[in-house]
Amino acid sequence: MANKGKPVIDRERCKGCLLCVRSCPTKVLGADLSPNSWGYYPSKAVNEEKCIACGNCYQVCPDAAITVYRQ
Amino acid sequence: MAEEKRLMKGNEAIGEAAIRAGCDAYFGYPITPQNELTAYMARYMLDSGRVFIQAESEIAAMSMVYGAAAAGGRAMTSSSSPGVSLKQEGISYACGADIPCVVVNVARAGPGLGGISPAQGDYFQSTRGGGHGDYYHIVLAPKSVQEAADLTYEAFGLAEKWRMPVMILADGLIGQMMEGVVLPAAVDPGARPDRPWCAGGRAGLAREANHVSSCILDPAGLEASVRARFERYERIAAERTRFEAVNVEKADLILVAYGTAARVCLGAIQAAAKEGLELGLFRPISLWPFPKDELARLAKAGKRFLTVEMSMGQMVEDVRLAVNGTVGGAVAAVDFFGRCGGVIPSEEEVLAEAKRIVDAMNASTAEPRSGSARR
Amino acid sequence: MEVVYGHPKSLKPIQTKYCPGCGHGAIHRLIAEAVDELGVQDRAIIMNPVGCSIWADLYFDFDSVQVPHGRTPAGATGVKRMRPDHLVICYQGDGDLAAIGTAEIVHAANRGEKFTTIFVNNAIYGMTGGQMAPTTLVGQKATTAPHGRDPDGAGMGYPIRVSEMLATLGGTKYIARGSVDSAINVRKTKHYIKRAFEAQLRGIGFTMVEILSPCPTNWQMSPPQAADWVASDMIPFYRLGEIKNELVEGGGA
Repeated sequence: MANKGKPVIDRERCKGCLLCVRSCPTKVLGADLSPNSWGYYPSKAVNEEKCIACGNCYQVCPDAAITVYRQ
Repeated sequence: MAEEKRLMKGNEAIGEAAIRAGCDAYFGYPITPQNELTAYMARYMLDSGRVFIQAESEIAAMSMVYGAAAAGGRAMTSSSSPGVSLKQEGISYACGADIPCVVVNVARAGPGLGGISPAQGDYFQSTRGGGHGDYYHIVLAPKSVQEAADLTYEAFGLAEKWRMPVMILADGLIGQMMEGVVLPAAVDPGARPDRPWCAGGRAGLAREANHVSSCILDPAGLEASVRARFERYERIAAERTRFEAVNVEKADLILVAYGTAARVCLGAIQAAAKEGLELGLFRPISLWPFPKDELARLAKAGKRFLTVEMSMGQMVEDVRLAVNGTVGGAVAAVDFFGRCGGVIPSEEEVLAEAKRIVDAMNASTAEPRSGSARR
Repeated sequence: MEVVYGHPKSLKPIQTKYCPGCGHGAIHRLIAEAVDELGVQDRAIIMNPVGCSIWADLYFDFDSVQVPHGRTPAGATGVKRMRPDHLVICYQGDGDLAAIGTAEIVHAANRGEKFTTIFVNNAIYGMTGGQMAPTTLVGQKATTAPHGRDPDGAGMGYPIRVSEMLATLGGTKYIARGSVDSAINVRKTKHYIKRAFEAQLRGIGFTMVEILSPCPTNWQMSPPQAADWVASDMIPFYRLGEIKNELVEGGGA
């Protein structure tokens, strides 16, 4: 049974580049519809239950805005 | 046992003095007429386990000095006129980041490739800040091998005290000739002020990270940093404008000259005395800060000046600024005589020019004449 | 739930000024991870170059020294020679390293200087707004190559493979080229950086890691498109992997 994980995105530090969305193998992440205070539309866990804690999102994030947890 | 007097070439005396002053790192590049200095440092820095690099360019050498000093080292580089031009951006950065270091210019004739004979055409570049932005740094001008050693030795402490580059502005003659010199004693390597601002050595210290940089993009922040530096410049000027005055009180005409040109003037003064002509010499040793107050005092006392340089006239502007407004507002009190291109003015030429001025003064219809000796 | 991927200690937890999707951010994080894992935060010194990454001194929580454009390897030489027991990181962009600073990088490498160069190759000048760089690909557009880099017709020269060039020098011991375009490449790049740092801490020099990095703003692409472009256009020309590895595997990672 694959790991169970959870990505937590600091939506204020995220600039909405969406590289994490592109890198997620299980399509957990997507663009948030509401902007942060900078006016960026940050990424968001839309299918959190599919997260396998692989950390791809963390690896590609240019702003180290993602923390990945694992059960 | 007191240090005995030795016969040494100027370039090598500068090197030995730097080593005795605790120089940790020297970065050089070949250029006449200072090559003996680089060679001397190669031998004795490596022999004493210190850092010596022949850099790929004078540009690189200056940034190596910047890095070594930013990391806590006593660093020095040396070159000659064209090479010092290449270092000017790095010197501007070092001034902008308050980096203590020593830069030796064994000047030669310019512009361009010019020649390799001694000259003083780098005065502006050295004293006005040869790079970009508002800044100055201490400039010391030796006239002998002894002074070249003493001023280099002192430069390291000055650089650290005032946190700025200190330039030794010698020339090819001083670098290449041999004279007797008594070398200062080697400093105790441990006895040096620490640099809480430098990079490295943070382990065990409860301090934030240090960022050694001249980059301040906020205009008000940059202005504040420049103004603070200029306040420091005032304190340096108040404390450290050194000069030598010879027979200035009795002189009918005072020769103003530094370095090798001052040596020539001393000869002219002796020759003049034989003919009953009272000449004096005012010799700035610190070219920046410039000893303007003393010149102003002499001008107030009614003295006339003949500035003698191995250039088309650069220090003469500082002399004029110094006396400006003190002799009834007239700047007429300052004449100029100079040779350039590596030609050194002769005593005879200086004496002849002095006589011309004094005769004209006596005829009290003195019309000052400036410009080079070549009509 | 335990943290498996968290924020590196030696990287300040603040938002960077870098553009969205800029590779500098990920590269900074990899450096900070390696510094943390090697436990050298209190004896690490980074040289921040002139270019976008001049901002690096805002983001790394360890000492830094900033020198004129292109002179970063010379500054790093001075720093490392004075602090041989410190981890000295010479962080450079492609303008700083391969244009104005070519002499400095070649000679620092040839002297076998014992710092590690992190060379960010984004095939463009970033800070100044998208000019052609020495690493700009043939046909790639830039403000100073409006119709695309034209090596012969307009005499714009060819993209320089710096890693291969420096590998010919006796002083270089470890040179690798990575990329931050994808998670797999980011992981490999981390491995190269750590290996280079470990070699440095064993007193080995010269080590360098060139890292292909997206520059969405000046390539005028979205961040995902820029990452794709690294893979489709840059990687075929700039081969990834260890270009030179003369490290004695005694202590290698």
